[in-house]
Amino acid sequence: MTRLQVLKTYKIFIGGQFPRTESGRYYSLKGKDDFDIANVCLSSRKDARNAVVAARKAFGSWSERSAFNRGQIVYRIAEMLEGRRSQFIEELQLMGLTAANAAKEVDATVDRIVYYAGWCDKYQQIVSSVNPVASSHFNFSVAEPTGVVGIVAPEESPLLGLVSLLIPAIAGGNTVVLVASEKYPLSAVTLAEVIHSSDVPGGVINIITGTADELVSPLVSHLDVNAMTSAGLSKEMASAMQVQAADNVKRVFNYPAMDWSKASSQGLSMIEDLQEIKTTWHPIENIGGATSSY
Amino acid sequence: MQGLKMVLNMIDLTTLEGKDTPGKVKQMCYKAQHLHDAYTGLPTVAAVCVYPSMVGVARKELKGNIVKIASVSTAFPSGQAPMSVKLEDTRFAVSEGADEIDMVISRGKFLAGEYNFVFDEIAAIKEACGKARLKVILETGELSTLDNVRRASDIAIHAGADFIKTSTGKIQPAATMQVTYTMLMAIRDHYDRTGIMIGMKPAGGISTSKLALHNLVMVKEVLGNQWLSNEWFRFGASSLANDVLMQIMKTETGLYQSPDYFSMD
Repeated sequence: MTRLQVLKTYKIFIGGQFPRTESGRYYSLKGKDDFDIANVCLSSRKDARNAVVAARKAFGSWSERSAFNRGQIVYRIAEMLEGRRSQFIEELQLMGLTAANAAKEVDATVDRIVYYAGWCDKYQQIVSSVNPVASSHFNFSVAEPTGVVGIVAPEESPLLGLVSLLIPAIAGGNTVVLVASEKYPLSAVTLAEVIHSSDVPGGVINIITGTADELVSPLVSHLDVNAMTSAGLSKEMASAMQVQAADNVKRVFNYPAMDWSKASSQGLSMIEDLQEIKTTWHPIENIGGATSSY
Repeated sequence: MQGLKMVLNMIDLTTLEGKDTPGKVKQMCYKAQHLHDAYTGLPTVAAVCVYPSMVGVARKELKGNIVKIASVSTAFPSGQAPMSVKLEDTRFAVSEGADEIDMVISRGKFLAGEYNFVFDEIAAIKEACGKARLKVILETGELSTLDNVRRASDIAIHAGADFIKTSTGKIQPAATMQVTYTMLMAIRDHYDRTGIMIGMKPAGGISTSKLALHNLVMVKEVLGNQWLSNEWFRFGASSLANDVLMQIMKTETGLYQSPDYFSMD
């Protein structure tokens, strides 16, 4: 007897849970030869809003965690992803990659996460500084996470691309609302399941699926979102984002389209972009009549 | 939009904490009159609600203002004090300038079936209030059943309450829709029998605009339009105001708002 096919429902990820979109809408994802791969949530601006609320709520405790612990948790994501390697390869193939390319992409993704896990408790020393001043002050600058970050997943490298934007944001203590690629949402949702089982507190990473046209604008104009990152957007879309982001002067980074498999697509600057530098003037006593040396 | 503004105008902006200071109360009184100055045409809240010791501070800040001053009394929130203390508490708050008194009933006595005691107590406090309007807090979270809520509502109404109020805000659950509905029914039955209007104040747990609007719809359905003013309906809340303000600004600008741009609760 032929079994009835049991297909997976791809749901969105908000506040550590997997709700369906509040709008009740979905779109069907087509694979090669136009066959249906899956039904995917067509999220609305209200889902984006709910995701921002969840991200804001999670921000306080995530940013205050010890850097080392953040590193442990990010590393845990890599471990769990490695465990689901074959599922990710399968899904990437469904979305059109060759078997060899899919395997390469998953391996590179795990490596990238491990790379940023290592940075979690190191970037502070490099970005922060002790500054020379001409008065009796101990003057130092430290990096602090900027807050809630909206991410538009790139269209290239369905898994590696989004991870390359997502992980540096949370490694730096930010919380994230990620709009998955409309064409390649499967690995984003499966990544959410990995995140769900990797000690990442609910709300730190939120992933919504749907169309960029509908979801990006409410995020960019949202006054409780502090920064946006994306890669390879068209000029029109990028400048529209700049305009909408101006209301609360949020940081907007639209990185050029790049080959995510190259080492040049990772680096400290991806973390640094989403940090605010806070400088403190701490009064000190002049010792031995000398002026402050720093 | 009209509903949201109505909600704002029905709020009793509340601070009832052991750590309240004159500074906190002053700040709240300012907020009561200036909810969000970036947007003109907003109403003020209905009243501020404070402890008796802070009434004097609030009176000074709100001199000649339409924002009323409500004071909790009768050994709020437990109500576990002798009658003489409760009366003195009430008289003190009134003499300091409170326009409204929020008393708590003796839930222990009520649950023990001593309804006469509860009735007499409310009547005595009502007398001590003088011109001040009396809100009677049933603390429904401690009354266990909706039957008890209805009975306590009837006792309070007959003993002279101007308002009946769900909760102190210190006990969960507080103002659930079911409890508020039960109390509204008691008010409606009393009105049908006597033609006398009694006010209603759900308090505690209403912190979103949506929930507040649900409550307004319920009031309109059960009691009708005449209750839709802050003369007869109030929300006891501390964080509701900012949520309503954010909704208003969202409606106005089309942009989702951040609490960063509104004054503190």
